[in-house]
Amino acid sequence: MKSEGEFVNQPDNTAFTQQRLPAWQPMLSAGIVIPLFTLIGLAFIGIGVALFITSQNIKVQELDYTGTATSSPCFQCSGLSIQNCTCERNFSLSELFEGPVFFYYGLSNYYQNYRQYGVSKDDYQLSGDTTYFLKPQSYCSPYQYSNNKPIVPCGSIANSMFNDTFRLYLLVNGSRKQVPFDGKGIAWWTDYNIKYRNPSPVNGSFAAAFDGTTKPVNWQKSAYELDPTDQANNGFLNQDFLVWMRRAALPNFRKLYGRITGGDYSQGLPAGNYTLQISYNYPVLSFGGTKKVVFSNVSWMGGKNQFLGIAYLVIGSLCVVMAIVMLIVYAKYKFPDNDDA
Amino acid sequence: YPSRGHNNCIMTSKYNIITFLPVNLFEQFQEVANTYFLFLLILQLIPQISSLSWFTTIVPLVLVLSITAVKDATDDYFRHKSDNQVNNRQSQVLINGILQKEKWMNVRVGDIIKLENNQFVAADLLLLSSSEPHGLCYIETAELDGETNMKVRQSLSVTSELGDPNHLAQFDGEVVCEPPNNKLDRFCGTLYWRECKYGLSNQNMLLRGCVLRNTESCYGLVIFAGPDTKLMQNSGRTKFKRTSIDRLMNTLVLWIFGFLVCMGVILAIGNAVWEREVGFLFQSYLPWDPPVDNFLFSAFLSFWSYVIILNTVVPISLYVSVEVIRLCHSYFINWDRRMFCNRSSTPAEARSTTLNEELGQVEYIFSDKTGTLTQNIMTFNNSISAYDILALSQRAQPLDFSTWNPLADRDFCFYDASLLEAVKVGEPAVHEFFRVLSLCHTVMSEEKSEGELVYKAQSPDEGALVTAARNFGFVFRSRTPSTITTQELGKAVTYTLLAILDFNNIRKRMSVIVRTPEGRIRLYCKGADTVLFERLHSCSHDVMNITSDHLNEYAGDGLRTLALAYRDLSEEQWAEWAERYRGADKAIDCREDRLAAAYEEIEQDLMLLGATAIEDKLQEGVAETIAILSLANIKIWVLTGDKQETAVNIGYSCKMLTDDTTEVFIVNGHTVQSVREDLRLVCHPFICPQIQFHAINRMMESARTRDGGKEVETQWGGASPPTSVLESISGEFALVISGHSLAHALEADMEQEFLETACACRAVICCRVTPLQKAMVVELVKRHKNAVTLAIGDGANDVSMIKTAHIGVGISGQEGIQAVLASDYSFSQFRFLQRLLLVHGRWSYLRMCRFLCYFFYKNFAFTMVHFWFGFFCGFSAQTVYDQYFITLYNIVYTSLPVLAMGIFDQDVPEQRSLEYPKLYEPGQLNLLFNKREFFICIAQGIYTSVVLFFIPYGVLSQATQSNGVPLADYQTFAVTTATALVIVVSVQISLDTGYWTAINHFFVWGSVGAYFTILFTMHSSVLFNIFPKQFHFLGSSQNTLAQPVVWLTIALATVICIAPVLAFRFLKLDLKPQLSDTVRYTQLVQQKKWKPALGRLGRGGSRRSGYAFAHQEGFGELITSGKNMRLSSLALATFASRHSASWIDTLRKKKHNPHICMFSPCLRGFPPGSPVSSHSPQTCSQANWTCYTAPRCV
Repeated sequence: MKSEGEFVNQPDNTAFTQQRLPAWQPMLSAGIVIPLFTLIGLAFIGIGVALFITSQNIKVQELDYTGTATSSPCFQCSGLSIQNCTCERNFSLSELFEGPVFFYYGLSNYYQNYRQYGVSKDDYQLSGDTTYFLKPQSYCSPYQYSNNKPIVPCGSIANSMFNDTFRLYLLVNGSRKQVPFDGKGIAWWTDYNIKYRNPSPVNGSFAAAFDGTTKPVNWQKSAYELDPTDQANNGFLNQDFLVWMRRAALPNFRKLYGRITGGDYSQGLPAGNYTLQISYNYPVLSFGGTKKVVFSNVSWMGGKNQFLGIAYLVIGSLCVVMAIVMLIVYAKYKFPDNDDA
Repeated sequence: YPSRGHNNCIMTSKYNIITFLPVNLFEQFQEVANTYFLFLLILQLIPQISSLSWFTTIVPLVLVLSITAVKDATDDYFRHKSDNQVNNRQSQVLINGILQKEKWMNVRVGDIIKLENNQFVAADLLLLSSSEPHGLCYIETAELDGETNMKVRQSLSVTSELGDPNHLAQFDGEVVCEPPNNKLDRFCGTLYWRECKYGLSNQNMLLRGCVLRNTESCYGLVIFAGPDTKLMQNSGRTKFKRTSIDRLMNTLVLWIFGFLVCMGVILAIGNAVWEREVGFLFQSYLPWDPPVDNFLFSAFLSFWSYVIILNTVVPISLYVSVEVIRLCHSYFINWDRRMFCNRSSTPAEARSTTLNEELGQVEYIFSDKTGTLTQNIMTFNNSISAYDILALSQRAQPLDFSTWNPLADRDFCFYDASLLEAVKVGEPAVHEFFRVLSLCHTVMSEEKSEGELVYKAQSPDEGALVTAARNFGFVFRSRTPSTITTQELGKAVTYTLLAILDFNNIRKRMSVIVRTPEGRIRLYCKGADTVLFERLHSCSHDVMNITSDHLNEYAGDGLRTLALAYRDLSEEQWAEWAERYRGADKAIDCREDRLAAAYEEIEQDLMLLGATAIEDKLQEGVAETIAILSLANIKIWVLTGDKQETAVNIGYSCKMLTDDTTEVFIVNGHTVQSVREDLRLVCHPFICPQIQFHAINRMMESARTRDGGKEVETQWGGASPPTSVLESISGEFALVISGHSLAHALEADMEQEFLETACACRAVICCRVTPLQKAMVVELVKRHKNAVTLAIGDGANDVSMIKTAHIGVGISGQEGIQAVLASDYSFSQFRFLQRLLLVHGRWSYLRMCRFLCYFFYKNFAFTMVHFWFGFFCGFSAQTVYDQYFITLYNIVYTSLPVLAMGIFDQDVPEQRSLEYPKLYEPGQLNLLFNKREFFICIAQGIYTSVVLFFIPYGVLSQATQSNGVPLADYQTFAVTTATALVIVVSVQISLDTGYWTAINHFFVWGSVGAYFTILFTMHSSVLFNIFPKQFHFLGSSQNTLAQPVVWLTIALATVICIAPVLAFRFLKLDLKPQLSDTVRYTQLVQQKKWKPALGRLGRGGSRRSGYAFAHQEGFGELITSGKNMRLSSLALATFASRHSASWIDTLRKKKHNPHICMFSPCLRGFPPGSPVSSHSPQTCSQANWTCYTAPRCV
């Protein structure tokens, strides 16, 4: 009837321009929402029970050794001026502490997540770039230079590295038997293999790469001699250093110190009396912090985590309750049918 | 010769290539939001404060600025293009006595240019001479003021003699005139030429934008050119309109600023306390930065750091997203085929892209009548001959007149064959009937070639009548001042025109007295039935009764009726009356009264011939549209310049007034007192029907005097306040108010009363209103009712109201384009309004509201996590997330899904929103986005942020990986929280999206996909190896997201965030469903059709008398004076000089006096009636605009 060219200005007749795009129009109908809530609720309760039971089966042994109380064995070490102090804490296990057992140190009221603390490092140094050894970046200030010598590794994080060391002894028939900590592989794989790099040795000497630099103020040893027993565990690739450099998100945190896996202890820590020998170097009382050690084993979901299981149970139950409430409401105030129109 | 003024080049564009960048940037940074982000950027460059890298702010800022810049550049490009087109039009300029072609832009002030028929006037010209006699020329000012009827301009008699180019080249006068201004109907200046002074008025001016008509050519002197022309002065910067959502948004953004500062202060105080209690002691591990020496200074810095971190609550992309959404909505309007008019081939156009969502909130519509509701096309619909009633027969084939009448107009449609038969048979009464129509009028005819007649009628009604007569074989062919030549059934007849008894508003009729070729003298009269019936001869009373019945019938159909009559005069009667008539005509004082008396005398004892009915054709679908809009609770006021009867008639025919209307109140007083009383009378039945009117009146009076104008309701015994009473019983009353009453009603002391009354009425019709009054009425409602107003009109007289209203809609129809140019939306049919409001407006509002709710929600959910983290990181302004996440969150991860929702979402399909106009109500009540909704969104956002922080906190603080490595490191925490956030907001947008198109799917899934892709890329070793300093989150995502605990945490957080929302929405749907939910439910679940809620639109049938004269007075005189006749056809017009030039004064006074009084301050103080044409330099004290003029020498 009408020729094509008659309406030159006529808009295109497409689903897009005419807003007629095919579309799915979901609606919160009772048939969807109530089963959904029931389903989520039941699933959460199921997961919650599983998590809770798993979590219950995980053993955790915590020992505070800050030494605030005078009765505490580490009290004598907690003074500010005391150096190279060692103290011991005894504990006993009534049954087998199933392995693998992980040994953590924990700090509280310690703000690794403070913004200025977090940026106080030199990423170029840590990736082994020796040009930054002599000229650390200004982020590191005030731990950039010490006695006009550049600090390697510079910055607050490195400077404040935790330096208490622990030895664990099992008391067998009155004699002490050392339980070995395995300190290997406690850092992130990516940290150890990609992110942190040691400088290339100069003339075959690793230490020579650090020439012209000085160790962080608080450190007792230089970076290249952190672990005298294992040459590969030195410099920036020292596992304890890597663990420390991965800063915690919260002011109360724990960090992995070592695993108890070796030899007689592959099944875990047998029941018995233990002594933990602590070389107490790291002052925390000045800012009201505490130190502790933690023995823990893990499951498929990691360490002990009551919170998650309980939260799942609570939320799951609430969902089921909500589903029941909605069902009642739905039954009572049925959605208006079109009959009354 | 000295200073020539401007050239005629116009420039409406804002930038050129060089200035674009600086000027545009400068303009953009005048936006507070943009400046704020610039300020943030500067803050971030201070290392002690900088808690975020500079790119977190600059990337979004640059994005926002460039999108806006691209939009501005495109706009400006089109302006350049249209400027170029106009500037390069050709005109003929007289240079050195020779006519030469010049581009418009090269025309200068002082040039003399030649215009030809149908050409646009290039600049404001002083008319020097014309090819027509007496230096007359005709112009059409449609583009200027929208009026389509022709206007007459006349040159000064001294210059009109300068006929040919050679004489004109010698012209060396000097014009002193007022400075450029925008008053279209006024000009005053003086021409000094040959040591004489000549006053110049608007009557001598041709303004830019006019079109020359019916004039072969004319010469004009350029007075104002380019930007000085009245057209350009009028098109000044249009006021920028903002929507209520815009204003709300600005308020909310300010509140958010306040909120931001509060958060900053709280955290800074926290920082101070922390630094004093903990940080000071913690210095052994973390010394204070050098400038910090005490906790207070640290707190101060911390404040600024937090301002930077929390800046994402003030969403930088908000404004640009809103613009994008509106732009898309505008395109949807432009693209809508259902708003495309096939006949005129014009699509709807959203000329303003900033007002869309306000279309969903309109409460008052102010409509023009002519051309808006009606088509401004009159069709001869039916006639009733007194002796033979010819009823409207079946709508069959239109009659084909051309077969027997070669002069018939092909566009004429008539369906009743019996009438044509009667003509053919030779029924004398029928012949006489059409003879009246062919003789009694003031139409001018133009016969370009044999048989091709073009009628130029002053009103469409007249044109329709004469055309009708023409098609029935009574063809009006030509006229001279003293004769009328017609062709009656193929035979040429020439009548001698003895007198035209002209039309005016009081007489409501016009007559001609002619001498037939047979020598009889006859008076033919046509006029309003009410007027004519009083003057009938007693013997035609029977006929009158029959006719009257039929008139009622036609009036009931909304037709405009007109009665026709004749009277035979004897020679003596004529001679006697002609004497008196001449006496009255020559009278100096009270000429008009005397003429009227003389007319009255002769128009007696008329014999009724019949009546005509003319349909003032309503536009298609007007009645339905109005019905639907009223059901949508939109109040429609008609503001028209037309007469009361016409307006009321149209009110009936478009169903604004129906027979259900209990009472139509007509306020027609001329004095303050009478208007007040009229209004009170209207108020009376509303307030308290039982109480006597006088008692009420007295009470109101006393209350008013006591309380300074405020009505006190206690007088009525504790009833609710008057407004609510008035509004609660609305629906049955209608108010008709005329312009002169309106002038009083709009005065400060009465406007409140007027408004309350008017708002209580279901329909309000204001007739005889001036353009300014239209705007004032709109302004009144806008000011007091706090409602969104929409003005719709098509003519220049509607421009002021279109500009005043929140939304202006222009009908691109018959009259000019002024209204369209001033409007925000334009389309060609009134009925498209329902689609614009109920479909597009409603959707726009809905989408915008949902968009804003979600937008604020997602930003709060995102940002407030930092606040909670502050309590655990020593208030150090440590961010929770990776800075790349912060940069990309708003512009990549979450922008597109919500944008897609804002563009495509639909709650109910379009046909449903037309079927259920009630769906429009949430918009009017502003229910979907207001301060309450905003706080709900914010609360939801904050709740989400609490969950998003404390759930990972609770889980991760204890958790370890399955290999024993603790999960509580910062990077794991950051990745977990960010992932949970992205998932939660994506689930939330999925819940909010009600209309999942493929695009929505793509954007939602795409955003989540993009998040994970970017996350893994950023944390990959590849990027780390290239930029070791930048990407220190290496490996976090792989490590974190491989842990089941992390996913359990995310799932837990998601359910805790979403489940309450889901439950709340479900319960709300069940317990308190909105209409849209119900409609959607039935639509989607039941797939069952509901009958439209509309009742059948019945046709009313009450008696209303209308009459059809809508034209100006004064044209009768113009015809008899012969001034507008060509010289050739004026050979025997010896009496032409008799009338002097008074007709043109009459015409002008009638037309322009009101405007002049209204708009020209420089005329104040002159007694009313002082001649307008005699402008002297003293009259315009500000006359300091001088231009010299002379032949152009190159």
